[in-house]
Amino acid sequence: MTSNKRITKELAECTTHPPVGITVTLPNDSDLHTWHVILDGPEDSVYAGGKFGLVVKLPTEYPFKAPTITFSTRIYHPNVTNDSPGNICLGLLKSDKWKPSTRLASVLESVRALLEEPQPEDPLEARIADEYRTDRKEFEKNARAYVQRYAKGPVKFDASSAGPADGNASQPGAATATATATGSGGSRT
Amino acid sequence: MDTDDDFMSNVSSDEDMIQDDSDNEVSGDEDFGFDDEPDVYIDSQKDVEKKKAAYEVNYKVYQPSDVQKQQDDLVNEVNMILDISREEAAILLRHFRWNKERLIEDYMDRPNQVLDAAGLSQSSVRELKIRSVPGFACDICCEDEPGLESFALKCGHRYCVDCYRQYLSQKILGEGEAARIQCPSEGCNLIIDARSLDILVTPELTERYHELLHRTYVEDKDNLKWCPAPDCENVVECAVKKKDLDRIVPAVACLCGHRFCFGCALNDHQPAPCELVKRWLKKCADDSETANWISANTKECPKCNSTIEKNGGCNHMTCRKCKHEFCWMCMGLWSEHGTSWYNCNRYEEKSGVEARDAQARSRISLERYLHYYNRYANHEQSARLDKDIYHKTEKKMVQLQKESGMSWIEVQYLSAASQALQMCRQTLMWTYAFAFYLARNNLTEIFEDNQKDLEMAVEALSEMFERPITSLADPKLKVEIMDKTSYCNKRRVILLEDTAQNLAEGRWTFNTDLIGSSSNGGPSVRR
Ligand SMILES: [Zn+2]
Ligand SMILES: [Zn+2]
Ligand SMILES: [Zn+2]
Ligand SMILES: [Zn+2]
Ligand SMILES: [Zn+2]
Ligand SMILES: [Zn+2]
Repeated sequence: MTSNKRITKELAECTTHPPVGITVTLPNDSDLHTWHVILDGPEDSVYAGGKFGLVVKLPTEYPFKAPTITFSTRIYHPNVTNDSPGNICLGLLKSDKWKPSTRLASVLESVRALLEEPQPEDPLEARIADEYRTDRKEFEKNARAYVQRYAKGPVKFDASSAGPADGNASQPGAATATATATGSGGSRT
Repeated sequence: MDTDDDFMSNVSSDEDMIQDDSDNEVSGDEDFGFDDEPDVYIDSQKDVEKKKAAYEVNYKVYQPSDVQKQQDDLVNEVNMILDISREEAAILLRHFRWNKERLIEDYMDRPNQVLDAAGLSQSSVRELKIRSVPGFACDICCEDEPGLESFALKCGHRYCVDCYRQYLSQKILGEGEAARIQCPSEGCNLIIDARSLDILVTPELTERYHELLHRTYVEDKDNLKWCPAPDCENVVECAVKKKDLDRIVPAVACLCGHRFCFGCALNDHQPAPCELVKRWLKKCADDSETANWISANTKECPKCNSTIEKNGGCNHMTCRKCKHEFCWMCMGLWSEHGTSWYNCNRYEEKSGVEARDAQARSRISLERYLHYYNRYANHEQSARLDKDIYHKTEKKMVQLQKESGMSWIEVQYLSAASQALQMCRQTLMWTYAFAFYLARNNLTEIFEDNQKDLEMAVEALSEMFERPITSLADPKLKVEIMDKTSYCNKRRVILLEDTAQNLAEGRWTFNTDLIGSSSNGGPSVRR
């Protein structure tokens, strides 16, 4: 209830003055707690030319609890799990680091910064992190191949239809809400 | 593995035979300040106050009020030495994980940096109070109505009172955080001081907050641990460090009667070192299929195949149907056990038989494991059954008084026997895990003999203990039970002393590495 004013304000800011390379939409007008975000791969990165879907879930305790962010588009990255939905490791979202004054816009900017500069010291995919450190050429080749394969078409936010290779890799409980106005479990007024 | 199950319901007189009372008071406070003191407890020669048994460690048990007093004393001391408020002293101490010496040294060197790092920035110390500021808009909830009550920490970051309260509630109740809650502002690492907390939180939150603060004192210090017994609030102090756990098994006994390992907080597992215990428990869990099969409560009589249920701790089984007497552990004839040395405790390595193919090898290694597991599980189960029996012992003691005219004091020997049984079984159980990882050398034979002696004594006592009331009334049996009880306790001490001495001096060879890669038996977080 108290958080709605804050969320509405953040949403307005993100849509009227969106951060570079970030497009925010609300899939379900009655649910302020689920955002769909399209992230443009940064120009000078291996992800250039790709469009990545992010699903942002705001807990009912937001902003006192951190949002959760998942990649609905598959991505080859040391800090994102190589499945669908892809979980992301971001320091400022950890409960001991999260501050309620932190804005979603800056969270999304950090996600984009992570694409520009992966952090292999703190990986979610150790193998990809290793490759990033020891065989950068191979890493870049693979990352680009993923972009071609998954991040070129229209952006999907439904994990189960995120890509051709893994129809059923979605994890229970992590399935994201689609634009169809079903199951408004998280909606609060 | 059922580890919470072995609390002794009552440890009293008998305990003193083994755990000399004065142990709890050796070593003055000054020995237990802060890290980096030498390892006095390993080398008993250095301990001039008293020659200690190798299997014992120095430790102290504190009650909650003692712990509170220690904290208060430290805070007062720092408050006086550094001439800062008690509140700031407490925050600084927590920041330095209660290492007073390091705090004072660092503070003397560079006070401003220390204050900054601890979140006690000296700049802009404002009046801490709730008020409404004209034109204020809360940056967290985005409310801006006139008259909105707000608060600012020393750093000047002002938010509405509701937001501060929700933030604190999330941290304190949701995340169990207390000592290091930072200002809610992004990038500001000021730690919310106790005075601001008093102003901001509701009483029930304050209570939890102080409880959590109180806990950090214990959790921050390596030489303190909570007694893991449920509902026990006591704290044990012991100087044994993680790196020493390959040379000593620091068994301690809380005032509540619970015996546990200071190293890993599991139930006392002497003589096996923590790392072996960890591996053994993992192995047992991994092999639980086999383990389940083995530890089944019923077996078939080796003679007539009728099903027999074990209902007491004693391994001497008599088939109800055919009266065949056998050993529950090895299923061998009991008559061969009772009279002479028996080989029930030792796995005879099939020397000479070269098991070349992998299948046979793995079968042998499984058989070897099962041999030790079987005996381990058996004692574990017996200890549990003996404990049930102990609960019934009181009843038995009442009955015996009626039957024999003995006084309550005069029947106490049954309680002592019951306690000895449980403690010895606990030790025996771990001797088998210990033996499983033990590589043979010239010392293993002595160990096995000690194990055998203790095991025989325990079985004998267990059997006497289970005799019907009518025969217990016989004064001759009473003397026998008392003798056997003290014999069991003595054998246990001998076994523990031998294993502990060799462990301290690094004379055992294990077929596994004792240096735990990731052994995190650290302070268990409770509640
Ligand atoms: Zn507010
Ligand atoms: Zn601040
Ligand atoms: Zn206790
Ligand atoms: Zn231990
Ligand atoms: Zn039979
Ligand atoms: Zn036997």
